[in-house]
Amino acid sequence: MENFNLFIRSIFIDNMIFAYFLGMCSYLAVSKNVKTAFGLGVAVTFVLIIALPISWFINQYILQPGSLSWLGEQYAQTDLSFLGLIMFIAVIASLVQLLEMFIEKYSPSLYNSLGIFLPLIAVNCAILGAVLFMQQRDFSNAWTATVYGAGSGIGWLLAIVCLAAIRERLSYSKIPAPLRGVGITFIITGLMGIAFMSFLGIKI
Amino acid sequence: MSNIFSKANCLTFLNPLSKENPVIVQILGICSALAVTAKLAPACVMAISVTCVLALANVIISLMRKSIPSSIRIIVQLVVVAALVVIVEQVLKAYAYDVSKQLSVFIGLIITNCILMGRLEAFALNNRPWPSFLDGVGNGLGYGIILVIVAFFRELLGSGTLFGFQVVPQCWYDAGYMNNGLMILPPMALITVGCIIWVHRSFNKDLQEKQ
Repeated sequence: MENFNLFIRSIFIDNMIFAYFLGMCSYLAVSKNVKTAFGLGVAVTFVLIIALPISWFINQYILQPGSLSWLGEQYAQTDLSFLGLIMFIAVIASLVQLLEMFIEKYSPSLYNSLGIFLPLIAVNCAILGAVLFMQQRDFSNAWTATVYGAGSGIGWLLAIVCLAAIRERLSYSKIPAPLRGVGITFIITGLMGIAFMSFLGIKI
Repeated sequence: MSNIFSKANCLTFLNPLSKENPVIVQILGICSALAVTAKLAPACVMAISVTCVLALANVIISLMRKSIPSSIRIIVQLVVVAALVVIVEQVLKAYAYDVSKQLSVFIGLIITNCILMGRLEAFALNNRPWPSFLDGVGNGLGYGIILVIVAFFRELLGSGTLFGFQVVPQCWYDAGYMNNGLMILPPMALITVGCIIWVHRSFNKDLQEKQ
């Protein structure tokens, strides 16, 4: 139940885009049509689901103060938490690289449709952001971390698909010249954010 | 490179401030730009941190540009940036603990700030260290300007303060003036940036997109 609550919260209330602005760069760049937006969203969700439990184990057994005690008494005092950022970004980058090779080998069609976006996920702030939030919130087990990853990913997917759908319709409307393109996208995202705020306070 | 303040170098420094502003024209680094702008103080700290990291990373990558094999350059860039960000994080924790608590994960997220990767890829890999340094500082300041403008409006309208000092006089509140609580919430950051883009593009007609 606790986990289900976390799942719903991370999709709607703590939405990566509307509450924390994470992954905005690719969100703005890749939201021109629904199909590619959906592909990218699925890829991001996938990476999040794998990356979060892995970094949870790294955080729990390598990085936290005193977490190296499984190696022996003399390591019990070690505190490696300052290495966190470098460890996490290395894990994410290599994970994305692995995923890219895996998809290329087993599903060339998906690989082609994702194209350039796959390697770009490594520098998508939504992934590193979720990992850092996970570290900050001190989840008690790897399963909770996975649920949080899945929720954040689906929230991101939902946001980018909605925006892409709106932008497809937008091409038929008359927008003041200085607002065309990026400007109106920002304002729409802001309005969507206000709409998503109506989920605030939902507790399951 | 006869003159370190030659025309080309000045342009490298000045262009990112308005014409090629990283945030509102190149649309890079939005992620962290918006989240830290509810108050002026964290916005300024963020702007300074990003400028330092960007300038140093540009210089380091530019010094190494001939020896980095192009197949692993992304990893090399990430490692350089990550190391610099860790230094910034530790310095902030030591000397500005409150602000670093407010910024929470967003200091760490400088690593994935697209401005950094963008400038390293587009500029530092092909240019000498001094122009790269200027480019880094220029882009950092261009990013900082937007942060400060957004934070100025959000803090003034949302809390009636600037840098935590009361600016809106008490007699206004007595007369019925209210802080706009919506300005503090995340969606208004996006709308504020949208408005800045609107104003900026109405003055720079060549940046407007065609229908």
